[in-house]
Amino acid sequence: MIEYRNVLTTCPYCGTGCALHLQVLDGSLVGTLPAKGHPISQGSLCIKGWNAHAFVNHKDRLKTPLIRKDGKLVEATWEEALTLIADKLNTIKAESGPDSIAFLSSAKCTNEENYLLQKFARAVIGTNNVDHCARL
Amino acid sequence: MSDRLNALRQAVLQVLPEVDGVLALKRGPAGIAAPYLFTKEKPEELEQLVLWPKEPVPDTAKIILKAHPDAKLAFVCRGCEERGIVEMFKHAQVNLDRLTLIGLQCVQEEAEFCRCAKPYTVHAQTIVGQPIKGVSDPLTEKIAAMSQAEKLEFWKKEFEHCIKCYGCRNICPQCFCNICALEDEIWVQTGRLPMPNPSMYHLVRAMHMTAKCVACRECEETCPADIPMAVHFRLIARDVQEMFNYEPGAVLDQKPPQLLVLEEGDYTRTGLPH
Repeated sequence: MIEYRNVLTTCPYCGTGCALHLQVLDGSLVGTLPAKGHPISQGSLCIKGWNAHAFVNHKDRLKTPLIRKDGKLVEATWEEALTLIADKLNTIKAESGPDSIAFLSSAKCTNEENYLLQKFARAVIGTNNVDHCARL
Repeated sequence: MSDRLNALRQAVLQVLPEVDGVLALKRGPAGIAAPYLFTKEKPEELEQLVLWPKEPVPDTAKIILKAHPDAKLAFVCRGCEERGIVEMFKHAQVNLDRLTLIGLQCVQEEAEFCRCAKPYTVHAQTIVGQPIKGVSDPLTEKIAAMSQAEKLEFWKKEFEHCIKCYGCRNICPQCFCNICALEDEIWVQTGRLPMPNPSMYHLVRAMHMTAKCVACRECEETCPADIPMAVHFRLIARDVQEMFNYEPGAVLDQKPPQLLVLEEGDYTRTGLPH
């Protein structure tokens, strides 16, 4: 049995919010189609959106966190990576105060994810140093 | 439900048991439709069959047939999509023996939206709706009437808006080369916007669309810069008609002019008998 369908989603590349269809053939992602009738992108995409499927199964895609050990990036588990980040944040905050830390969020994330990041910055770490990639 | 949609659903239901799938449009989230392969295993999904918008269905057929070259497919096609399939057949991209065409005739409103000269099918085995006459294309006539200098000015200005998304090439059912000239640095420089010479991209594409463009206007519709590129393809098509008496996608056994020069050589790639 052949299965072909399209999954409507939002382009992951910038904050515009263009809609696109990911083409799925027999369970594998094979391409991108613009979404006609969508109020934002109106059936158009830029070159990044047109290639939004390309990174998903790309051989260079990172599948685990990497931790730099002795100058070299080494694959690690999420548990290790998150523990290291938490430890470092705690150390830096204790040594230099919360305003020595800044948080950079991203237009590629959802509103909810961005909300969580600023909440984490303000309520957990205690700093208003929050910015986002669109101003980098 | 409209009579036309109902008739289309009946036509698809009739074909469904005989094929591996029927390619048509399915309503998705927020009412946004997309191409979908309806299969006999799930006929109830035909409840979500829709008529509009026009989508690049021949392009989708190409993706499925690449992975399943022996598949027996049917697909709902409008006049332009049928012409697209015929032209793809002539260039050995599809096997017509394994394709069943369900011809959906466009209504006046749709034909006017597309400024379509032939909003009807001619080869489809099943016909849904009544064929209507083609409509005029005021924009093409306006540009055709311009002087050479005015045309140059007009197109230069239009091409300058290009953001090089490659959407027109990606969506085109007739763009199927394995190696695309538009990805060659000689013609189109990467990493610069606006392009140093925007006409190059568009004129290379126009050359490649000669005697191939079936006027489906998918390129124009997907263009974020609203470049009316189907107009220059249509003007070139007039020249091709005049010079070679050839209309892309119209007659099944008429060889495209690009293939005529190959009479003496070894050219096994075409879907037509040599």
